[in-house]
Amino acid sequence: MSTLLEVSGVSVSFDGFRAINNLSFRIADAEMRAVIGPNGAGKTTFMDIVTGKTKPDEGRVLWGEKSVSLLKMSEAKIAQAGVGRKFQKPTVFEDQSVQENLLMALKKPRGWFPVLSYRPSEEDLAKVATLADDIGLGDALLRKSGELSHGQKQWLEIGILLAQEPRLLLVDEPAAGMTPEEREKTTDILVEAAKTRAVVVVEHDMEFVRRLNCKVTVLHEGSVLAEGSLDHVTSNQNVIDVYLGR
Amino acid sequence: MNRSFVARNPSVLIFLALLALFTLGVTVLSEGFGVGMISTSFVKTLGKTLCLCLVAVAMDLIWGFAGILSLGHFAFFGLGGYMIGMWLMYERTRLIVVDALAQGSMPPTPQEVVDGIGNQIFGVVGSSEFPLVWAFADSLVLQLALVVAVPGLLALVFGWLAFRSRVTGVYLSILTQAMTLALALYLFQNDSGLRGNNGLSGLQNLPNVTASQDVVSMWFFWGSALALGSGYLLAAWVVSGKFGSVIRGIRDNEARVRFLGYSVEAYKLALFTLTACIAGIAGALYYPQAGIINPAEIAPIASIYLAVWVAIGGRGRLYGAVIGAAVVSLLSTWFTGGQAPDIPLGFYTVKWVDWWLVLLGLSFVGVTLFAPQGIGGLVDLISDRLRPDRHGADLGPDQGSLREKEAHK
Repeated sequence: MSTLLEVSGVSVSFDGFRAINNLSFRIADAEMRAVIGPNGAGKTTFMDIVTGKTKPDEGRVLWGEKSVSLLKMSEAKIAQAGVGRKFQKPTVFEDQSVQENLLMALKKPRGWFPVLSYRPSEEDLAKVATLADDIGLGDALLRKSGELSHGQKQWLEIGILLAQEPRLLLVDEPAAGMTPEEREKTTDILVEAAKTRAVVVVEHDMEFVRRLNCKVTVLHEGSVLAEGSLDHVTSNQNVIDVYLGR
Repeated sequence: MNRSFVARNPSVLIFLALLALFTLGVTVLSEGFGVGMISTSFVKTLGKTLCLCLVAVAMDLIWGFAGILSLGHFAFFGLGGYMIGMWLMYERTRLIVVDALAQGSMPPTPQEVVDGIGNQIFGVVGSSEFPLVWAFADSLVLQLALVVAVPGLLALVFGWLAFRSRVTGVYLSILTQAMTLALALYLFQNDSGLRGNNGLSGLQNLPNVTASQDVVSMWFFWGSALALGSGYLLAAWVVSGKFGSVIRGIRDNEARVRFLGYSVEAYKLALFTLTACIAGIAGALYYPQAGIINPAEIAPIASIYLAVWVAIGGRGRLYGAVIGAAVVSLLSTWFTGGQAPDIPLGFYTVKWVDWWLVLLGLSFVGVTLFAPQGIGGLVDLISDRLRPDRHGADLGPDQGSLREKEAHK
């Protein structure tokens, strides 16, 4: 499998604090990866760098077959290139219906001029309806997303990501604040998504990571501490010392 | 979702019908074309009010829908007025000068005519040369184009600089205030080329028109009504589709929109420029009815009033902006015009000319605290729209985002 995203030798510091320290990471085309690590390990900063929110002090971030550098691109351009991001707190457009949320995310021209005259076709609406069914919101299409429960908002945000048809999904703590049933459904959605694209899941919950059944990267103080299967990394003495032992 | 535009936005049809009815009513009652129950000066007041409603619609687009609290839109409004005022003044003065020179024995050369006009217009600021900005003043078509182009270009340049640097929230508001203040101060100077603090005057007299003001005022009234109707329709169309979704998304959660792949800056810039153009058109219709424009019109306070109108009317709904601008500006005319009866309290007499601003300030605070949906929220009582119960949470993390009390289910 070819490499989709390659992060190499990336460092970034905030006011002298090194949040990311010579971090290297790579993920293939259709791969699921869990990233774990204690608080302050740099998980969110890592996502910020990939999505263009934070510019690193040094290092390279290369994308796709042509190995394009993401560092010179704006957030919007990176998103258009195929990187989708889910925030820790569910962030959907609460004043708009589920349908409007999904329509906005559908992979279509993003410039303001084509958008001005865009009207959804039957096909687009059908696509949105299917997507809503997939994330369990088929009956809630016309409801304002602000009325949805916490778990439903999390799904809607995943749905928004899927509608973008990204090649890489960055998901920050998708199961936070969910009931056990909701967690199970979330796992299913993510595993399904990883069949056709790369998915990076940042998560604290070991049970959840185990269910994802994928390769795990452990971050500590801004760099990779260990990488491999969950059983492999949990038996690693370093990992036990800094993370699991506490 | 795929129903027609009107079916999805019944308020547009209702608004246009009411506007047409109002226009017809005023026409029938006017001095120029009807029974004469409404004086010409009041027709002008109503016409000017329609222009203010139009600029309020522009303000609602940028603030109510995109969450950008611009406190500089009266700069664009004033620029539109200046652009049309230049032609009106030039052309009328030219006719006078040509008439005067025709009395002489020799027919005047074109240069003599131009010099004569220059003397007439700029004598008041001790000059007679035409500054560069008047280069197109002899052409109505070009000046009409400038009504849209000048505010649009200023908005484009200002917006590009501000949005590109990701200036948001209160900082952007301050920046827009600085812009309008700087423009006003510049125009106050005699050598700015627009007659300093004298401004442009006599704009109510249309060149080559012999009709009385009774008739001319109605022309402008109709023009203003037409502009408001088209502007409202355009605004409703812009916010009805996906563009509307995106800008409301920007209002509530800018970062999310960015990570969806939309270039937030481009959207803000497009909308900012569009609203500046609408404001310019509104100004170009307003000042011929007012008769005079001077730099005081674009003082920072004017743009703040604009935000107050939209807030009192109810932001985020277009008819709210229209209602707010109409009610507050008409009330303001009534109170400050000395028509409101004073209230004698024995020890003190409340004179509304002095106390109107206090009343306006209190109602602004009252509306933001207790009824953020404004006057437009009264419509919800009829249409049974409910407020969501969000336990006090606003609809987004951004500063311009809709508040719980402004939203509806």
